[in-house]
Amino acid sequence: MSSSTITATHDTVSHGVDHEHHDDGSKTLLGFWIYLMSDCLIFSALFATFAVLSNATVGGPNGKELFDLSYVLGETMLLLVSSFTFGVAMLNMHAGHRNKVIGWLFITFLFGAAFVAMEIHEFAHLIHEGAGPDRSAFLSSYFTLVGTHGLHVTCGLIWIVVMMDMIRRYGLNDAVTRRLSCLSLFWHFLDVVWICVFTIVYLRGVL
Amino acid sequence: MFGKLSLSAIPYNEPIIMGTLLMVTLAGAALLGWVTYQRKWGYLWSEWFTTVDHKRIGVMYIIMALLMLLRGFADAIMMRGQQAMASADAAGYLPAHHYDQIFTAHGDIMIFFMAMPFITGLMNLVVPLQIGARDVAYPFLNSLSYWLTAGGVVLIMLSMFVGDFAATGWLAYPPLSELKFSPTVGVDYYIWSLQLSGLGTTLSGINFIVTILRMRTPGMTLMKMPVFTWTALVTNILIVAAFPVLTVTLALLAADRYLDMHFFMNELGGNAMMYVNLIWIWGHPEVYILVLPCFGAYSEIIATFSGKPLFGYKSMVYATAGIGILSFLVWLHHFFTMGSGADVNAFFGIMTMIISVPTGVKLFNWLFTMYRGRVRLTVPVLWTIGFMVTFTVGGMTGVLLAVPGADFVLHNSVFLIAHFHNVIIGGVVFGCLAAMNYWFPKAFGFKLEERFGKYSFWCWLVGFYVAFVPLYILGLKGMTRRMNHYVNPEWQPYLVVALIGAVIIMAGIGFTILQLVVSVRNRAENRDLTGDPWGGRTLEWSTSSPPPFYNFAVLPHVEELDQFWADKEHKRAYKRHAHYADIHMPRNTGVGVFMGGFGTVLGFAMVWHIWWLAAFGLLGMVASFIARAYDTNVDYYVPGAEVEKIERARLVPSQKLVEHVDPASAGQKVA
Amino acid sequence: MNKRSLVSALRWSCAGLTVFLSGCNMEVLSPKGDVGMQEKSLILIALGLMLVVVIPVIVMTLVFAWRYRASNTKATYAPKWSHSTAIEAVVWAIPCVIIAILGTITWRTSHTLDPYKPLESKVKPITIQVVSLDWKWLFIYPDYGIASVNEIAFPTDVPVHFEITSDSVMNAFFIPQLGSQIYAMAGMDTQLNLIANEPGTYAGLSTNYSGAGFSDMHFNAIATSQQGFSDWINKAKASSVNLDVQAYHTLAQPSEKQPVAYYAAVKPGLFNNIIQQYMGDMSMSRIGTQSPAQASAIPSSNDHAKASE
Repeated sequence: MSSSTITATHDTVSHGVDHEHHDDGSKTLLGFWIYLMSDCLIFSALFATFAVLSNATVGGPNGKELFDLSYVLGETMLLLVSSFTFGVAMLNMHAGHRNKVIGWLFITFLFGAAFVAMEIHEFAHLIHEGAGPDRSAFLSSYFTLVGTHGLHVTCGLIWIVVMMDMIRRYGLNDAVTRRLSCLSLFWHFLDVVWICVFTIVYLRGVL
Repeated sequence: MFGKLSLSAIPYNEPIIMGTLLMVTLAGAALLGWVTYQRKWGYLWSEWFTTVDHKRIGVMYIIMALLMLLRGFADAIMMRGQQAMASADAAGYLPAHHYDQIFTAHGDIMIFFMAMPFITGLMNLVVPLQIGARDVAYPFLNSLSYWLTAGGVVLIMLSMFVGDFAATGWLAYPPLSELKFSPTVGVDYYIWSLQLSGLGTTLSGINFIVTILRMRTPGMTLMKMPVFTWTALVTNILIVAAFPVLTVTLALLAADRYLDMHFFMNELGGNAMMYVNLIWIWGHPEVYILVLPCFGAYSEIIATFSGKPLFGYKSMVYATAGIGILSFLVWLHHFFTMGSGADVNAFFGIMTMIISVPTGVKLFNWLFTMYRGRVRLTVPVLWTIGFMVTFTVGGMTGVLLAVPGADFVLHNSVFLIAHFHNVIIGGVVFGCLAAMNYWFPKAFGFKLEERFGKYSFWCWLVGFYVAFVPLYILGLKGMTRRMNHYVNPEWQPYLVVALIGAVIIMAGIGFTILQLVVSVRNRAENRDLTGDPWGGRTLEWSTSSPPPFYNFAVLPHVEELDQFWADKEHKRAYKRHAHYADIHMPRNTGVGVFMGGFGTVLGFAMVWHIWWLAAFGLLGMVASFIARAYDTNVDYYVPGAEVEKIERARLVPSQKLVEHVDPASAGQKVA
Repeated sequence: MNKRSLVSALRWSCAGLTVFLSGCNMEVLSPKGDVGMQEKSLILIALGLMLVVVIPVIVMTLVFAWRYRASNTKATYAPKWSHSTAIEAVVWAIPCVIIAILGTITWRTSHTLDPYKPLESKVKPITIQVVSLDWKWLFIYPDYGIASVNEIAFPTDVPVHFEITSDSVMNAFFIPQLGSQIYAMAGMDTQLNLIANEPGTYAGLSTNYSGAGFSDMHFNAIATSQQGFSDWINKAKASSVNLDVQAYHTLAQPSEKQPVAYYAAVKPGLFNNIIQQYMGDMSMSRIGTQSPAQASAIPSSNDHAKASE
């Protein structure tokens, strides 16, 4: 990825495209990509931790005993659908349909919120059963990995609310479009991370 | 209401700490009083604290670094004093609990709050100017990064007076850093101050990558970038790749301490070795994050003062990139003695040695830059030569430590201490001070005084050897690090010599301060009106000193590596333009200050388990950030007419002086 | 001024170095056992190899800086010269060659000096189990059924096999004059093989900072004759105390400057129990605790004093 970025950059610069604006969209998107890469490293480190500790159940319950795959599949579906609805919102953004964007963002928000609710419910259930993060290193790493993802989704939800308000106030101006593009990247990124969580934590744990 | 915090958290019974507190309070009160008396608060707030100008943020970073150098050095000399006294099981003057905090704080402060801010400050000051940009990619984010780092500084300084600091060693290895073995708030201060500053560092890493990739002036391809910018690019890529791992590692340690999790504790399946691995996956790239920009600075300095282009520019770039990649493949050499097995140890040992190849190439390239040059032995050049000699020795002992068989007897000894001070003082500190002397006139419009600069250099150089050669020897005598006292009286003479070395270094620091004070006082004599006091080669010297807030009235066009040098040769420099366009600039904002402040509150509240205050700090941060997003008045245009006025005022004096900056004759003059 | 100060600084540091080096006995460089001997020669070979590049670089730095100083107008000045393929090839090649040689040596010695590798000897090795505690060393001789605190003894020319663990934080077990060190970690069993070829009492210490009492975590390693070793074992056997669970529990409490002590008998399997308590099943009771339920309690913040409970 980086080499293509570099050549692309080089081309724009050498063609003398005006880059004096400190805040044009392409720069923000590049920066946001780099941020996502660093976030990706955070998740990588958590996945690595989980891999190291996945057998450290010290007599406590393991994934097979704890995880309800159909429940998690439900969560996965919610998140996947929310990614789709966000895509529809972006299409409407490009088409300039301001109210539709707000509407689809709202739908995305509902799916995302439902996902977080299901996750909180799952966590509460596990803790209630005595399988909280303090039970074993395995459960510590499970709660931390999945919880970090959940925290990201929660941040995304707050961001969606702010964006809905911004579209309402300012319409689809440059800044709003730029931020929606970043949010869209973020949301899809979380989806990808969840797929990894689903595969590595739940599927591998249960199968 | 106040969590674990109570009045008993203040260590009243420790005279050293209370004395320091008194001095800090008095000095702080005097400073605040003086600013108030001078009625400078408004000026400081609107021109400095809220600034988004990369040059001013850079200056603020470096001031912070110099202040923290004093704190870190105070810790150092206290340790040297303790070890010089505590021979044959004498107690010395520092009880273990205090001494242990001091060596921990010394390491953390010097790395996170001295070296990191210094190089971030240098990159801020120099990179946009070198690439012909008007600012960094995200000026507000830059201000935020600074204030988050400042929040970390506040927390770590506060730990001295309210509660205590970690007594675990600078990387806080568990299980020692777990609640069970470190029940006080020390490790919590460690975690939160590093998390705050680490967040700031990551953000500034992203900022600089985008700045360098997207904001170069027309014509500046990657292979026409000045070497300092290249090293800055690689360093920032390393930052973005390494700091998230630190964030995770510290977060997991916090989870252990706050949420009863078991990542690194002995019990319930925890794995302390995982922490050691994780922290060094960050930690080894970190040392290259620190030293690479210094390599860049040496490259600029040696080329400028030799009156020649840098020898082997391409080699230099590839070597830098090579070091960057390899730095992620060597972390295990920090713990060969963990029993990983011969194959693993040998692999990491050999990878470590391979890093010395590009590093060696760099040294040769600096050598051949001097070759057939006209080397002006100015203060920055003295630092550079001192570095080349010292760093070579440090590199050698480093490679020695990378041989697992040798490391089995040298690991964790004071030989290791001598080695990394050899490369960090010889590489990073010398580099920062060289760079400070080199770019100071760019930032302020007058040169630093030479005489005290040279005194400082000689004190540092001699002091370094006097302080650390004895440690190399003691390492070979089997002395281990972090000892509060020791049985073997044979060690004492060496430790006394090391203390003398530290005192000589203290004189060096004193001369640096004197140099700054005298230079500011005599600034009229050392004024540089050309913007190019050294006969520079790169774009930062083509604008005035200090540069106007927009850096370049007209973006320079780059066709070759040392563009400004070529312009001067062809008498194209200092061109007056007929027409100046409007310039788009970001507006100052206080949001960075507020977010840094709320972040500090959050950290402090977390340290002391004051949950309502923590929630307040977190909400404050988030709300400030969202409020910033709603601020539509974030930028403005400087009218072309105003630019023209500023430019005319600056070009009049410099035009007169242009003949004096003819590079060849400049060389003679300065030497 | 520069030349004089530079030269005098050089002369000064050389003189200083000579005084330093000649006046002292460097334990790591005067080893008393085979492992240490090999490590010493490895250090010297590696240093020698590197000096081949390091000395020329330092000399060239000083010579170039002096010869091409701006005031020396007689020296050639080539203001545009910045590339030479030949020189670049050489400066890449030289470090590569040195590192290739050093890398080979590293690969070989990493295997021969692997601390886990048993030493070749006709004599059967003696096993010592090492437990790092807050803040002292416990040594168990499983073959003799005795234990000691902060002192070990073994016969010369007999390989010693150390099994090392910790019942607290991380430490490192190191006898500088005999060679390699290795970490002591809870729930882990690290290993180290050493041998002493000369009789003597050698200083041993922890080289990994472990908290307040760390500086006093030193011990004596006595390498002696077979007879001396038997005497030492008998001295331990004559001790009035045994290392049962209760005694271990008391010993494991954090303490500083612990005097040397001997135990005439040791609860069999104690070393493994110490490791096991951090591994696997929770129902495994912690040493010295009465009920497993109590053992599983999560330690509270002020538990340091009761660390071994």
